[in-house]
Amino acid sequence: MPEQPGKNAIEVRGVRKVFGTGENQVAALDTVSVSIRENEFFTLLGPSGCGKTTLLRLIAGFDFPTAGEILLHGQDIAPLPPYKRPVNTVFQSYALFPHMTVAQNIGFGLEMLGKPKDEIEARVAQMLKLVKMEALKARRTSQISGGQQQRVALARALAPQPKVLLLDEPLSALDYKLRKEMQIELKRLQNETGITFIFVTHDQEEALTMSDRIAVMSAGKILQVGTPRDIYDRPAERFVADFIGETNFLPGTVVSKQAGVATVKFASSATISAGYPEGFDPTGEVTLVVRPEHADLVPDPAKGTITGTLSNIVYFGTDTHYHVKLDGGGENFIVRHQNSRSSAVTYETGIKVGVQFEEDAARVLKD
Amino acid sequence: MAEPRVMDIKDQPGFRSIAVICLLVLYIPVLILMIFSFNSGSLVTHWEGVTLKWYGSAFLNEEFHSAAKNTLIISVTATIVSTICATLAAIGMTRVKPWRGLAAAFMVINLPLMVPEIITAVATLSFFALIAGVFGLNFGIGNLILAHTVFCIPFAYMPIRARLEDMDLTLEYAAADLYATPWNAFKRITLPLLVPGIMSGAALAFIVSFDDFTITQLVAGPGQTTLPLYIWNQIRRPMTPEINAISTILLLVSILFVSVSFLIARRRAK
Repeated sequence: MPEQPGKNAIEVRGVRKVFGTGENQVAALDTVSVSIRENEFFTLLGPSGCGKTTLLRLIAGFDFPTAGEILLHGQDIAPLPPYKRPVNTVFQSYALFPHMTVAQNIGFGLEMLGKPKDEIEARVAQMLKLVKMEALKARRTSQISGGQQQRVALARALAPQPKVLLLDEPLSALDYKLRKEMQIELKRLQNETGITFIFVTHDQEEALTMSDRIAVMSAGKILQVGTPRDIYDRPAERFVADFIGETNFLPGTVVSKQAGVATVKFASSATISAGYPEGFDPTGEVTLVVRPEHADLVPDPAKGTITGTLSNIVYFGTDTHYHVKLDGGGENFIVRHQNSRSSAVTYETGIKVGVQFEEDAARVLKD
Repeated sequence: MAEPRVMDIKDQPGFRSIAVICLLVLYIPVLILMIFSFNSGSLVTHWEGVTLKWYGSAFLNEEFHSAAKNTLIISVTATIVSTICATLAAIGMTRVKPWRGLAAAFMVINLPLMVPEIITAVATLSFFALIAGVFGLNFGIGNLILAHTVFCIPFAYMPIRARLEDMDLTLEYAAADLYATPWNAFKRITLPLLVPGIMSGAALAFIVSFDDFTITQLVAGPGQTTLPLYIWNQIRRPMTPEINAISTILLLVSILFVSVSFLIARRRAK
């Protein structure tokens, strides 16, 4: 899909990054291309070592690509040193300057840009207000809590009004509650400032709740770019489905296919129709993926799409997971039920059950 | 009694007594030296009563004054120059891409710590004799300053390098990210954070230069007597407690410097 030029804040074109020399060469990024739109909350999501932080460092200028271009509003910034790029970073460790106060930290970027003193003061005051840190502006950064340091790091990076804000797993050091608060806070800041955010995380839940679009990365490549719903409901590859949320994998054989829908036969000889991504031609032995919450448990095995024996019930508070040992063998199939005040049916382990799911709940994916 | 989960050396039998003996062996001679500086008799081995007169005569002693002046000129200059060299060397060796010979360079800088001082002394003496012989050059007290500067560099280098290695490199990335040019990042971030390391390095260099005897003894020319040389010359004559008083003053200066550098390092570390 060609994107309109000029609408993109960042365009990464065919970027390769190789570390090491000779036999020890490792391609941290293997010819990556991606466009990040203006005013977008864009997330690079993937397991550690997938290249997401490398890509962020290339955009920030801490490293230079082995090949390829990085365009910022149409201008190639790949050869520029970091201090010449209108891009700021929130570091995972915050990297606040320990010998300066909160206010001095926030004003540092503006000071380096040679802004007049009164302008710096006004902007710092505005930033302190934005991140609700006015009361602590004279403190040393070692005298404030982790959550407060996080806010200062954000304010410091936002103060020079960068074209793009880069965030390198900024929430990973916070505890669960604070992390939830900061997720909402970050969305608010992005809305209020209108700055393009590029957010790096390995936490799929964080990515789904905060992002406008997500790029899922693995082994130096971008596997899929899309909205959280695209990525979750229509994963392009098995890795994406596996990495984001929980997924059931069902082995089967393609019997026939037509216009993006394949008919797949299971070992238990039941058949189902399932969609598959564009540009993929499923044949022979394939794997179907079904999200646990897209499947339903039925007491009458005859009504199920597939059948099995209930082997385990795990209670999670908000929902309950039912593990079903399928008649055809293979891994346990998990069905997730939202818990409500009055759950109509109660199940016991050991009974025969049916697992039911709609056609569009199942997808055939590339391994 | 609950079993201790990790071995605590303090629980080992005899730990306390051995510790006390070690401390006594270390400090009793120094204590005796200090106590006899207040001896009213004129022998350093026979106690007669308490007096401060040896401090008075030390302060009035012209030779002591001139030796103190030489020592200060040499050690202060050597401290400043060697600390600057050591700082530059430490930055050059921690803030660059690893290059072939980096380990060798590190060894070369620290080798003087391992070479017996008398060897360095003889080598330095021959070096100055050579320049004097071939080029007819003699820098006077400059010879001593040069010699001291050179052997102080590794002492100053160690704490500065340690501090640089401990420093979070992300801070320098953050500075560059916030539009600081490499020079501004150094001036505003690296250097201020390096100050405690530089202070410890300078204090160490000062102490080493201040009480150096071997190299100074060989290199010093006439009229270049430093305090350690002066004390050495005095004890070859019949010794009076004035020497104890002078030694005590030297000791106090050393303690002062070490404490100041320790306090600065501790305050900055917080």
